[in-house]
Amino acid sequence: MPHSKMGHNDPARPSRRALLRGAAAIGGATLASGTIGSASASSNLPPEVPEWMKTPGEPMGSQPYGSPSPFEKNVVKNIPKDLPQYLSASGRTPLQDLDGIITPNGLFYERHHGGVPTIDPAQHRLMLHGLVERPMIFTVDDIRRFPSTSRIHFLECSGNPGYQKPFGKTASDLVGLLSCAEWTGVSMKLVLEEAGLRPEAKWVIAEGADAVAMKRSIPIDKCLDDAMVVYSQNGERLRPQQGYPLRLILPGFEGNMNVKWLRRLHVTAEPVYSREETSKYTDLMPDGIARKFSFVMEAKSIILRPSGGQRLSGTGFHEISGIAWSGRGKIRRVDVSVDDGKSWQEAELQAPVLTRALTRFRLPWRWNGEPAVIQSRAIDETGYVQPTLAELLAVRGENYFYHNNAIWPWHIAADGEVSNAANG
Amino acid sequence: MQQMAKVGAVMLVGILAATATVSRAQSPYGIGRAATAAEIAGWNIDIGPDGSGLPAGSGSVSHGREVYGNQCAACHGDNGQGGIGDRLVGGQGTLATSKPIRTVGSYWPYAPTLFDYIRRAMPQNAPGSLSNEDVYAVSAYILNLNRLLPADAVLDAKTMAAIKMPNRKMFVDDARPDVNACMSGC
Repeated sequence: MPHSKMGHNDPARPSRRALLRGAAAIGGATLASGTIGSASASSNLPPEVPEWMKTPGEPMGSQPYGSPSPFEKNVVKNIPKDLPQYLSASGRTPLQDLDGIITPNGLFYERHHGGVPTIDPAQHRLMLHGLVERPMIFTVDDIRRFPSTSRIHFLECSGNPGYQKPFGKTASDLVGLLSCAEWTGVSMKLVLEEAGLRPEAKWVIAEGADAVAMKRSIPIDKCLDDAMVVYSQNGERLRPQQGYPLRLILPGFEGNMNVKWLRRLHVTAEPVYSREETSKYTDLMPDGIARKFSFVMEAKSIILRPSGGQRLSGTGFHEISGIAWSGRGKIRRVDVSVDDGKSWQEAELQAPVLTRALTRFRLPWRWNGEPAVIQSRAIDETGYVQPTLAELLAVRGENYFYHNNAIWPWHIAADGEVSNAANG
Repeated sequence: MQQMAKVGAVMLVGILAATATVSRAQSPYGIGRAATAAEIAGWNIDIGPDGSGLPAGSGSVSHGREVYGNQCAACHGDNGQGGIGDRLVGGQGTLATSKPIRTVGSYWPYAPTLFDYIRRAMPQNAPGSLSNEDVYAVSAYILNLNRLLPADAVLDAKTMAAIKMPNRKMFVDDARPDVNACMSGC
């Protein structure tokens, strides 16, 4: 199983105030070692004038494609360091280090099964065949000629996380196979209609051009509803890790079905029962029965600040902030409890609340210095309520593995240290 | 003369456009081109659960043992017990226990999926490099290790489609939403 062992090995992040760039480092893009914790740190603080105001900064053109401040070098994908192999592996979004609802492209979570292919878009083709009137081949430029559409949707791996301890220490360890972006492409319906669907068309088998030729069966209703053939993410062309030059986005459906490096759409009357929809991505119940074609990612939320691995600086005001999402539509409400689930308060939702997108929630809070357990629960527009882990386990058992959308409580110790209460 | 050539050119363009419109009448945007049967045959490697799409050819358990030793054992173990790669053998009778072992023999519902997956994705360092005969053979060997084929068996499209996998009837459709969360006074 792919995602059960995830170490979080980020070194402790140095306090911003302890960081100082020496005058020699001003022109360079890298953070010079030895300047951290320098004795002259206070020389940049009031009443002194900081060094970076005394000489010009980097000239235009020093970064043709911009990158984050060197002081943010620890905000990177959370990639386990002890995997036996890295061709079929995953890297997580550092959710607790991000704000708002959009995941930067460089931090978007990755999951691939045969490495990341390097595809020349001029030599990439999308074939559409099977139960269609006219089997067709499209170039990438062809796909870009269709009427375009842009929508913001989350993408989440279905094994995010499993059902057995130990659970991740940080929010990223726990549910970091989750990201959200603005996708631009063409409605899949328009592409299918270009070839003309036959009446008996009920499924579309999507296949990627990676080394495992990843394929999944998608119900035709989803293909004709909100599915997209996508070429851009957050305004720029897809990154190779996200399926460059073409991928599927099936809003609200488990990540694996959103086939990357899309090269073929085979319209059929029946699903193909590929390895990825039988051996994997099926849900084993305690009695040995397994659920198949379990596509939707159900409503879920998590507090990101404060969250595991962080430490409250002291008593007093702290904003509680997190994200909620549902594969069935919009988030209607997020409740937050700061007393171990005894009572709940409604959090403020960041507008606009979008369908099948991350929704940021916030709640002002004053910490009195006593140990506390904080948690959030999401309610979506269908009325579905995010369950506790105990409620999920009671129905599904520990062998289920996928689609764990439990409430994740964080424990705050008297010293302000935040840890995963589910491991307690 | 120049004027006439211009008029002619315009007419020609008009005729071409009309022709194109007629031949593409059912394509709303007229984007893309027809895929040929040969192009589709080269790319369509889908094999249905009923064995549809399985190619001609065959492979024996004994040849499969060789192929497996050379191509698979390094990751999946000498006897399919697993390693860097998934465990492939055993586990029958464990799915309803607290330690389920999901393998080809214990969990996979359809045998033809084995051919489909090995041909498209294996071996990991050189996917698509095995001949159809080798894929039949190594599939036969894995099924033999799972006691689903005798040691002298030869697998082809017909015999592969006929195999009844033990876990075939144990899959049901998604039953979610399946949990009613408690909102208060829990």
